[in-house]
Amino acid sequence: MSTAALLSISGLTKAFGGLLAVNQISFDVHQGEIVGLLGPNGSGKTTLLNVVSGALPPTQGKVRLRERELTGLPPHQIARAGISRSFQLVRVLPSLTALENVMVGAVFGPDAVWGAEAEAIARALLERVGLSGRERQRPEAMTYIDQKRIELARALAADPQVLLLDEWLAGLNPTELRTGIALIESLHAEGRTILMVEHVMDAIRSLCDRCVVMNAGTKLAEGTPEEVLSNHEVIAAYLGDENA
Amino acid sequence: MIFPMQRREVVAVAASTAALALLAGLPLADDGFWLALAITIASYVAMATAWALFSGPTNYISLATAAFFGSGAYVVSALAENAPWPLVLVAAAVVGALLALATGLATLRLSGMYFVIFSFGLAELIRQLVTYYQTQVTGSVGRYIFVTISAAEIYWQLLGLCAISLFAGWAIKRSRLGFALRVIGDDETVAAHSGIDTARAKVLLFGISGALIALVGAVMAPRFTYIEPQIAYSPMVSFQVVIMALLGGSKRLWGPLVGVIPFVLLHEWIAGRFPNHTHLLLGLVFLLVVYFVPQGVSGWLEKAWRRLRGTPT
Repeated sequence: MSTAALLSISGLTKAFGGLLAVNQISFDVHQGEIVGLLGPNGSGKTTLLNVVSGALPPTQGKVRLRERELTGLPPHQIARAGISRSFQLVRVLPSLTALENVMVGAVFGPDAVWGAEAEAIARALLERVGLSGRERQRPEAMTYIDQKRIELARALAADPQVLLLDEWLAGLNPTELRTGIALIESLHAEGRTILMVEHVMDAIRSLCDRCVVMNAGTKLAEGTPEEVLSNHEVIAAYLGDENA
Repeated sequence: MIFPMQRREVVAVAASTAALALLAGLPLADDGFWLALAITIASYVAMATAWALFSGPTNYISLATAAFFGSGAYVVSALAENAPWPLVLVAAAVVGALLALATGLATLRLSGMYFVIFSFGLAELIRQLVTYYQTQVTGSVGRYIFVTISAAEIYWQLLGLCAISLFAGWAIKRSRLGFALRVIGDDETVAAHSGIDTARAKVLLFGISGALIALVGAVMAPRFTYIEPQIAYSPMVSFQVVIMALLGGSKRLWGPLVGVIPFVLLHEWIAGRFPNHTHLLLGLVFLLVVYFVPQGVSGWLEKAWRRLRGTPT
């Protein structure tokens, strides 16, 4: 793509003592793209998302959203700059209703809406993710996928420029998975930019425009899903050398 | 939802205004035992409500109440002879707020048990500092407070503080700040990643709460006549406020109110009948409350009310 990058990650490194969880990672995410972040367990994908979203300060390197440098900012400022996220283990707010859960994204996000406007945004998004009519329910009474839907709606309520999804499709049964993939596809269709950590191969093949593969903190490969999934080094990282 | 004022709220505001007007008439009927009891109740209602402003939504149990209360009282002992009363009150509120801001900034990263211990330590530290200052600089530990103010005036000022605390709680609940605090109480990580400056929200609310408690300390100071750190910074104040607020239920604005009244009455009764075992018996009562009424009286009342009307919980 020739357009300037929306989210640009360059030379990003995160060390925990002597361990380099993320080691000199660079890649760009362009407007309207879905980029998959792949890699075996422990390869540093979630750590990378945590650095981008501000949960962890980077040891080195830069994160930029368009012209704005976000490196090392606290999470609330990164959220207000236009980056929303979901969590690997779903995190909903138990004492708030479904509607209030989603409103959080709109009220404290970049647009800082309040009152009836925030409520309208939340209502529309609940409908969008398939939870209309359940505004007043509490998330703890909901199934796992419904909690994930709430989390997604909350992230979308901020109308983010970049959406970070951390294994949003993990733990779903085959029917739920199809629903989930269709939902993310519809976000793609409306032009959302998404960076997603994912293990589900079907989802990666059908959703991602490009993939970045990590192993032991470093970038192993980058390209279309077909390219990276047939790459020998990638197969070796997942399955061991003798299968490559 | 949270935004337009509901009919229930209008009724609640009207009812509490009427109740306040009625209560304000009490000194006309009695200026002895009942007024003294009412002063105790009003002071604890104001403090427990102010405490729950911060600790209710965030689930941060603060044992620093005595630090704010005592500092409010000491502001009076330092200024009352040279400054008009309203100015003294403003100074007490400012000192309470600043103390809370300083503490808040130091404890931002603490949560759960660590915050409880730190807040308790803070109150003790301030008590020791005041004692040290008095022995080293002024040469005597105690101070007399000479303010000409009647018991009825103290009572009215405390009622005013109760009203301010309740109004502040109501206004905050409807605001973005109140919404932010509910999110923080549920999950601070989600709060931060949704764009909430969690540190700012917590410190701001702790400041409001601290200022109100310091004001109660200032208004109550003339009742003591003579204060020393052991009295003004008594840790019992911190513990009692927590017990009362939890007994009433800190999740609802009116919770502390229904906790304070039975607790003060019980305290009076136990202190009168078993003066040597007061704290032992109160501790026992607290254990029973936590065990049998974990949601507080207000949670229990709401449940009973729902059952009475036949609506599911």
